[in-house]
Parts: sequence; C-alpha cells; structure tokens
Amino acid sequence: MALDKIEILLEKYFEATTTVAEEEQLRDYFSQDSVAPHLEQYTPMFTYFSKAKDERFTKQVPLKPRVSYHKWISIAAVAVMAFGIYFGNDYREQREAEFAYQETKKALSLLAQNLERGTEKVAYLNEFEQAKQKIYNNN
Amino acid sequence: MVHATTEQPIMTQSEFLNVVMPFKDKLYRLSKRLLISSEEAEDATQEVLMKLWSKNSNIANYKNVEAFAMTMTKNFCLDRLKSKQSSNLKLVHSNYEDGNTSLQKQMEARDSISWVEKIMEELPEQQKLVLQLRDVEEYDFKEIADLLEMQPTAVRVALSRARKTVREKLMQKHSYGIG
Repeated sequence: MALDKIEILLEKYFEATTTVAEEEQLRDYFSQDSVAPHLEQYTPMFTYFSKAKDERFTKQVPLKPRVSYHKWISIAAVAVMAFGIYFGNDYREQREAEFAYQETKKALSLLAQNLERGTEKVAYLNEFEQAKQKIYNNN
Repeated sequence: MVHATTEQPIMTQSEFLNVVMPFKDKLYRLSKRLLISSEEAEDATQEVLMKLWSKNSNIANYKNVEAFAMTMTKNFCLDRLKSKQSSNLKLVHSNYEDGNTSLQKQMEARDSISWVEKIMEELPEQQKLVLQLRDVEEYDFKEIADLLEMQPTAVRVALSRARKTVREKLMQKHSYGIG
C-alpha cells in the first residue's frame, strides 16, 4: 500500500476515526517486513495487538450436569397429591363416621329422654286407672 | 403443565459449549487485560462461564450472548479489582511498583512488543477496556459503547487518548533503548 495512505491512516488512527477495516490495513502493513524506517516505531503497537489476539483460554470449565428442576418439582407435586388424596380420603371417612356416630348418639339420647317423659305421663295414667278401679270397687 | 409452555428449551452441555466456544477466548483476554495475572483471568473466565451455564435457560432470551458475557466478565473483573483494592494487596502492589518497576521492567521487557503490554497495564481501566475491545477484539464503536455503557463519542475520546498514550510511552522507551 502507498506510504502516504498509511501515514494518513495512522493520523486518523490516533484520533480514533479509522474504521475497523482501516485498522486491519494498518495491522497488515506493520506485520510485513518492509516497514518504512520512520514508521517503524509504531510496529510494536500493531504487532502486539495481533499477538494479543492469539491468546487462548485453555482451562476446562466444570459444568455441573444441570437437573431440570421443573421435572423434579412436578414429580414431587404428583407424589404429594397422591399421598394427600390417599390419606386424606381415609381421614375424611373417619371424620364422617365419627360425625354420624355423634348424630346417632344425639338422636338416641333424645329418643330416650322422650321415652322417659312418655313413661312419666303413663305413670299419671296409672294413677287415674287406680282411682277408677277404686271407684269401681266401691260400687 | 403451566411451566412446560413458558419454559425455554434447555440446552445440553454440548449445545452450551458450542454457543460459548466462539467467544470464550475473548472473555479470557478481557479478564487478563484487567486482572493481569493469567491465573486470575482463568478463574474469572471459568466463573463467568459457570454463571452463564446456571442461567442457561435464559440464554435464549438474550439477543447477543457474546455481548452479555463480555459485560458480565467486565463487571466481574472490576468487582474483583475493587475488593482487592480494599484489602491490603493494593498497598503492597503500589509500594512495590513505584520503587522497583522501571528497572525491573526494562530488564523484563527486552523486546518492544511486550513493552506495549506493560504500557497498557498502566492505562486507566476504561482506556484499557476500550483499547482491548477495539484494537485486539475489533469491536465497532456501537458494540463497545453498549458493552461499557458509555456514549459512542466518549468511547472515541477514550480510545484516542489510550492510543496516544501508548504511542508516547513507546517513544520514550524506544529512545531510552536506543540512547
């Protein structure tokens, strides 16, 4: 490339007005052997940048195999639900039975009370009957 | 059931590595530019990639995974530097450097290419970043501006300043070397 063009590019380069492509041209120019003597002072800059780009990351990255949480969460949810339904049912049945028992007990005790009251009344009737018998006997 | 419809397709390990492969070296070089030590840079890169992997299912949402990873790396390294600065490491470092380096550096940096590396170490962080992203990684101004959350004009100014500083310091060293 013409030397004057390189000089112009260099000037633009330090004002940061060169494009990426123009900077590529500069790097190319300074990577070859026949750099103009008065520009040689810039060579280390451009060769360094090219060299720096060759550095590589060689370390291994230990990636833990990622369990997909959603899958396990849904499995857990299903398990909890099944458990709940199974034992929940038992529990509900037990409660229902207990309730029925209590109701029956209440009903029975009510019946017993009324029966008692009934027999009391019947006792009055007895009194009446006795009185009647007395009267009949007297006659 | 609801999850299944909103969930992004989950990448396998090898798919993830394929996505990450083209730019993992860039992450490493950026880390090294900021942290200088290659061991620390390796650790930082590893850390960033693992973080990225743990976000895996979200990756598909990012238009530009590379830019996202670069920003993550930059932030991670700057945080590292900040926490290092607050510990006594900085004190040791700067005390050590001031007295000793000019001589040590001249001995180490026989060849002028590694001079450039040393000169870049001395740049302010922002200029370091801009120079790295532009002259090494060849990003355009828009990308750099997005990555560093800067105005494109500010990127240009920082870049020009960084390049001029490198030139100036290189000249100094050069003339020492010759004289």
